[in-house]
Amino acid sequence: MKTAKLIEYLRVDRMPTVWCPGCGNGIIMKATVDAIDRLGLSKSEVAIVSGIGCSSRVTGYLDFNTLHTLHGRAIAFATGVKLARPDMTVIVMGGDGDMLAIGGNHFIHACRRNLNLTVIVFNNSIYGMTGGQYSPTTPTYAMASTAPYGSIEKPFDVVDLATSSGATYVARSTVYHYELTVKFIKAAIEHKGMAVVDVITNCHTYFGRYNKIPDPSEMLEQFKEKSIPLSKAEELSENELKDRIIIGEFRKVESPDFQELYKQLQEKARGEDGYKA
Amino acid sequence: MIAEKTRLAITGAEAVAHAMRQINPDVVAAYPITPQTPIVENFAKFVADGIVDTEMIPVESEHSAMSAVVGAAAAGARAMTATSANGLALMHEIVYIAASTRLPIVMPVVNRALSGPINIHCDHSDTMAERDSGWIQLFAENAQEAYDLTIIALKLAEHESVLLPVMVNQDGFIISHGVEPVEILPDDVVRNFIGEKKPRYSLLDVENPVTYGPLDLYDYYFEHKRQQVEAMENVFEVFPKVVEEFAEISGRKYNFIEPYRLEDAEHVMVALGSTNGTIKDVVDELRAEGKKVGLLKIWMYRPFPKAEIQRELYGRKTVVVLDRSMSFGAEAPLYAEVKSALYEAPAKPLMGSFIYGLGGREILPEHIRSAFEMAVAGELVVDDQKYLGLRE
Repeated sequence: MKTAKLIEYLRVDRMPTVWCPGCGNGIIMKATVDAIDRLGLSKSEVAIVSGIGCSSRVTGYLDFNTLHTLHGRAIAFATGVKLARPDMTVIVMGGDGDMLAIGGNHFIHACRRNLNLTVIVFNNSIYGMTGGQYSPTTPTYAMASTAPYGSIEKPFDVVDLATSSGATYVARSTVYHYELTVKFIKAAIEHKGMAVVDVITNCHTYFGRYNKIPDPSEMLEQFKEKSIPLSKAEELSENELKDRIIIGEFRKVESPDFQELYKQLQEKARGEDGYKA
Repeated sequence: MIAEKTRLAITGAEAVAHAMRQINPDVVAAYPITPQTPIVENFAKFVADGIVDTEMIPVESEHSAMSAVVGAAAAGARAMTATSANGLALMHEIVYIAASTRLPIVMPVVNRALSGPINIHCDHSDTMAERDSGWIQLFAENAQEAYDLTIIALKLAEHESVLLPVMVNQDGFIISHGVEPVEILPDDVVRNFIGEKKPRYSLLDVENPVTYGPLDLYDYYFEHKRQQVEAMENVFEVFPKVVEEFAEISGRKYNFIEPYRLEDAEHVMVALGSTNGTIKDVVDELRAEGKKVGLLKIWMYRPFPKAEIQRELYGRKTVVVLDRSMSFGAEAPLYAEVKSALYEAPAKPLMGSFIYGLGGREILPEHIRSAFEMAVAGELVVDDQKYLGLRE
């Protein structure tokens, strides 16, 4: 995507961003714009909702209908937006702490409900904005400011969580894989029903520094080395997949979304002759 | 006997983390939020280094943090957490549970504007939203006070005729992130001062089983609420003893309020938190110019020390109240309460209400001077809410 085209979708007067140099958040922001552009959606057809955290600042930079909400609550607010304006494309963007810890409840219930949302998780395995506390996706034994000798907790696998909660489109990419990220976000927007794209990104400032990979390009190189396509991963044992990032489309099923079922219910309740109590 | 002290150049957040280290709570549950975060971060290091015996859990939200702390306190543990702004708001329903189940939890609150629009800087709207929750609320002027008041709070909270939770407020960034010299007491002195926690009713006392928080409808609920009132009234008896004992070990004297150059003051400003430091400087300047001004700093906001405020404010010409929060459609919180306290005054002073510093807006000596000058010139109009440092 050409820069001239990209900036049409951005609020450049709000820049530079708060993100550290080398942060992967910008890659995900661009990939999202790229996907929207390739789909030919106009700015007024798209609403973008975010919560609180580094990645959630994205709604300040994206020149769409944007709603910057409370920590953890982006999906709940987006639910309201989607119900009021079913015609709009509603995209939720936020981090792993925001979506899976404080907002975890909203995440699983939106999946269960198969609401027609696109949820993009900026998954950097740490709370970046507040100073590097361990998050629900921090790998076991990784270091964080609240885990100076390593976290003893098990992380969430975003794909597993979304799939088992009922999301009908689930994919994972990394910021190293730009084209793949665009492809998955595009597919997620096109998908009817709850679509979750888990994008592995780098917080070299906190996660990297605490875990001896303070260089952003080195973190991206690691994403490249660790990544393995789903088709190949299926042939490998659990042991061989340890510490690997499996990328690909994990779930893509057609299933009536919440609003379709809601409409059906209304029609049934009204009956052929109109409303019947 | 005043103990030997260590003097450290630390932030308010670090000072409170040290107080927590010395308190050595059994349980800490917390969630990151700016500008509270460095308290828990520093404390996490003490936990990881084995300096404290605390079981610490970084939970998934403030709602869970306060819930875990309530559970731990009901089980007889000394349990602590710390938060700011939206974190405190998310705790709200359990904040009430903590007070009404009479659990002596101490919680440092690093004051920050309660959005929206989103703002991470200092004002008192977060803690003011909890003023009717049944917690004791203390306000620190600086890092030293934040440290001292945290230790004092623990002893006050656990006193058997109080048994109430305490919020120790410090201004976000101004105190929490500003480095100041802070005198830290020796660990054993603090431990002797706070003593061992001896819970009267513990979930872990299986010989004497109890229940916390069961359904309590029109049969006893009202009586339980009345008991909370009683406990708050007891604070007026217990707090002076606690601060007196604290003065013996530290040499630092606390009270419900701090009068500053009030002896013959005709015009008195009333405020909470760090701005009191700036006001003291302005009072000194105006005194040097021969103006009879003074300051009444509020250390304890809940319970509201009405009698002490009356004693200090009766007979003054004007009373200027500074609020770092608002009550939309009504008088500002501190102003309303000071005004109410003066209802019985034989000669009512002229009062002025000034809002300042919302969302971290800078409060400068000239702002304070302008409010004093209006008071001195007799230009105050009762209930006419004015704003310091606002573009209008």
